[in-house]
Amino acid sequence: MNKYYLGIDLGSTTSKAVIINEKDEIIGRGITNTRANYKVAADIAREEAIYDARFNLLANRIREEMELKPEFKKYMADIRAVFQYRQFKRRMDRLEVLLRKTVSEFTSKNKSDIAEKLDEILETIRPRIRHGFINEDLGAKNQFFRDIVSEQYNAEVAKKGAGFYEPLMLAFDKSITPVENEMVQYNFRELVFESMDVLDEKYRGLADQPQDDNREDWYYAELNAVKNNYKSVEHSLREHIEDIVNEDIHIAKMVGTGYGRALLPFPEDCIKSEILCHAFGAHAVFPNTRTVLDIGGQDTKAIQVDSHGLVTSFHMNDRCAAGCGRYLGYIADEFGLSLNELGPEAMNATKETTICSTCTVFAGAEVKELLHNGEERPNILAGLHKAIVQRAMSLIARSGGVKNEFTFTGGVARNQAVLRYVKQMVTDAYGEVTMNIHPDSIFMGALGGAMFARRNISADLPKTAKMTENEEPATV
Amino acid sequence: MSKEAQKEQSMILQKEMVEGLFNELAAARETGKKVCYTFVPGNLSELIRTFDMLPVYPEINALQNAMRKKSAAYIKEAERNAHSEDVCTYVKCDVGMMLKGNIGPTGQPLPPPDILLLSYTGCFTFMKWFETLKREYPNARVVMIHTPYQENGEITPAMVEYMVRQLKTEVIPQMEAVSGIRYDEEKLKGILSLSKEAEDWITRIFNTTKHRPSPIDAYFAGVYYIGPINIGFRGTREAVDYYKALYGEIQERIRLGLGPITPEGEMQEEKFRLVVEGPPNWTNFREFWKIFYDMGAVIVASSYTKVGGVYDLGWRHDPSRPLESLAEYCMNCYTNLNIPQRIDLLSKFIRDYEADGYITNSIKSCNSFSAGQLSMMREIEDRLEVPVGFIESDLVDPRYFSYSNIKNRLESYFQMLAQRKIIHATATV
Repeated sequence: MNKYYLGIDLGSTTSKAVIINEKDEIIGRGITNTRANYKVAADIAREEAIYDARFNLLANRIREEMELKPEFKKYMADIRAVFQYRQFKRRMDRLEVLLRKTVSEFTSKNKSDIAEKLDEILETIRPRIRHGFINEDLGAKNQFFRDIVSEQYNAEVAKKGAGFYEPLMLAFDKSITPVENEMVQYNFRELVFESMDVLDEKYRGLADQPQDDNREDWYYAELNAVKNNYKSVEHSLREHIEDIVNEDIHIAKMVGTGYGRALLPFPEDCIKSEILCHAFGAHAVFPNTRTVLDIGGQDTKAIQVDSHGLVTSFHMNDRCAAGCGRYLGYIADEFGLSLNELGPEAMNATKETTICSTCTVFAGAEVKELLHNGEERPNILAGLHKAIVQRAMSLIARSGGVKNEFTFTGGVARNQAVLRYVKQMVTDAYGEVTMNIHPDSIFMGALGGAMFARRNISADLPKTAKMTENEEPATV
Repeated sequence: MSKEAQKEQSMILQKEMVEGLFNELAAARETGKKVCYTFVPGNLSELIRTFDMLPVYPEINALQNAMRKKSAAYIKEAERNAHSEDVCTYVKCDVGMMLKGNIGPTGQPLPPPDILLLSYTGCFTFMKWFETLKREYPNARVVMIHTPYQENGEITPAMVEYMVRQLKTEVIPQMEAVSGIRYDEEKLKGILSLSKEAEDWITRIFNTTKHRPSPIDAYFAGVYYIGPINIGFRGTREAVDYYKALYGEIQERIRLGLGPITPEGEMQEEKFRLVVEGPPNWTNFREFWKIFYDMGAVIVASSYTKVGGVYDLGWRHDPSRPLESLAEYCMNCYTNLNIPQRIDLLSKFIRDYEADGYITNSIKSCNSFSAGQLSMMREIEDRLEVPVGFIESDLVDPRYFSYSNIKNRLESYFQMLAQRKIIHATATV
């Protein structure tokens, strides 16, 4: 029986899980937003990693076909999108029930009107979200249930008139949290087959390439291939799926890390500091790493590691939100933007506005003042991004500076504007050094945890983690 | 049985001494004894004793108030009276206590000062502190002696001469005037010879951490051990007796192979030996200590226990050079050492006591300690390749002690030490 190892990184904003095999190869990763119930967050991340592992095992089996035939590649991408939708749908069904129940318990006179509006909203957003998942890859753009629903829900509530705003938002706030904190069990096999049925329907109804469409040719080549051949893909997948479903993804050992690690239901020797895990994970992916900068939701860490990936010293900011991911979250709220929009908007800046406030809350006031004085939004955002990096640079300096190579991890590493300033300031202060960023930067802590789990936290020296396909490390 | 009796003997002695001092202070008005407020670093205890005065140490009162959970209210009181948030919290705690009637940490009233004696000017805050007290106690006489900083890492004869001149022309005449007692050098010499004895004993005591397991914790228990020598008992027979008794108890622990005593009993397994730089946090002292002993970490040396004087390099009070040695003492306290000297001293501790790691507890409101702390840490890390850790807290303001942040950092630090120990062990096999 194959043995697998699990690392769970329970961060302040997101919870991540990584499963590796006995060769330190990542076979599955899962992520969810951290919520009040840490156990649920950890369980969901783990379940997601297991589904991901099963899909990866499936992809491995049909690797050749995927390389040679575009319909296989397309089908695999689509089935995952639909699978995500089916998961989403289960939870959405629960939310709808609870929303209706919450409204029915209101004591206001017009509660039947509210219920009516609620129904209208749900009728509107339900097909829209379905369409988004199945046809527009919504699941890849926005991974979390709460974010997807609230974005759609809020937009519709805004259209219902001021009188309904308060009760409809109250109903949402009261209902979303219990639904989010509920552990929903999915049957992988059932969900995959359901997804195949959905795809069957989708492909059957596919139109030929419209005349006036200006999409790239390959898009339609892939689409036509799948339209004509999906039945054979389906047939071939069905053969493998039974095996994959029955494959026991046996987690031999696991390690929990992250700020919520003490609350994980793990034995004490399975809890490991996130500093060690991030360093270990980053070093595994980039073995020449000597300095790691991790900017997470609630803390920023500058870590120095030796040639084995073991921490030699670290410095952290766990006191002040200005300098952490939460700073960006707050700023996004101030601007009414989503977190994902911040970086791209800041990249449009023509200059960086100087932001003086060292405090998140006061930076909000400063932003308002700057906007009032006619400063351009991208320039202010650029200044804010620069400010967060400046704080990180001071932390790096305190921890002993940047040594070659330098690896940047954590959720904030996904932000292009932050990345740009990190690159610029590190080069200015320490000269040309190799800088590593990985698409999986956010998973480094969980990866390190899984690697510690495999080693039974013993003296076994780390080796390099192998990347699965399509994941060539990026060097910026 | 004898072990239990011995263990208690030093504690009882210390308790008696401290209680006695506070009783004497409470009765100072009736007995007519003169009262001298002064600070621990560079304190002229022997001279104060020569003039039969009673000492009050404001920063000791502040830390004792913090340990008794009284500091928050005093700090609030001081801030209400316009002391800024950034001011040293010892100062604010003391000022707040005074504003609320000057009831000391034991619950007994403290007498107002007859003299405010500033014998260590390395801490600028001390000067401003006494300026504040002078406004509150206009009748107190301010005596200030300028202490040259060991800028070049040495005490030169000119520096000693400069300080002795100040002692002769400024300090002694003022003390004579206030106490009405003539300066008696023979009496001072007698006191100084007892000081030397106590200093010998305490040096031996802090040297016992060479043993494995270390029989004592040189930081968390160390702060109790330095009590008598720092707060006015240096130069007394009681202090010598206390240290002798303590040393005997520790010898017994070594003989039995016992680790240090913690508030929850004996520490069972010594996993990590550490050197700590910086003062401890007093408001959550027990919690702070517990993080360490729960993880099997014992502190084998600390800079804070040298705040009253550095005896580790052989310096002692010398009865044959009474005023000269008082001058040297003032200039030889830990925070008057320059940064390279501090690095050398801490490196010596790490080597002599075979420490596995070095931790800085940084207290932003304490300039005397904080200045240079980071560069010291970096230098020690480079020089000795010892794993370093950095935590932040405060002296006596409970608002600045974050248990979870400190625990998180220390946990990471200890896991890092554990990992490196394993690697070291496999590498050397």
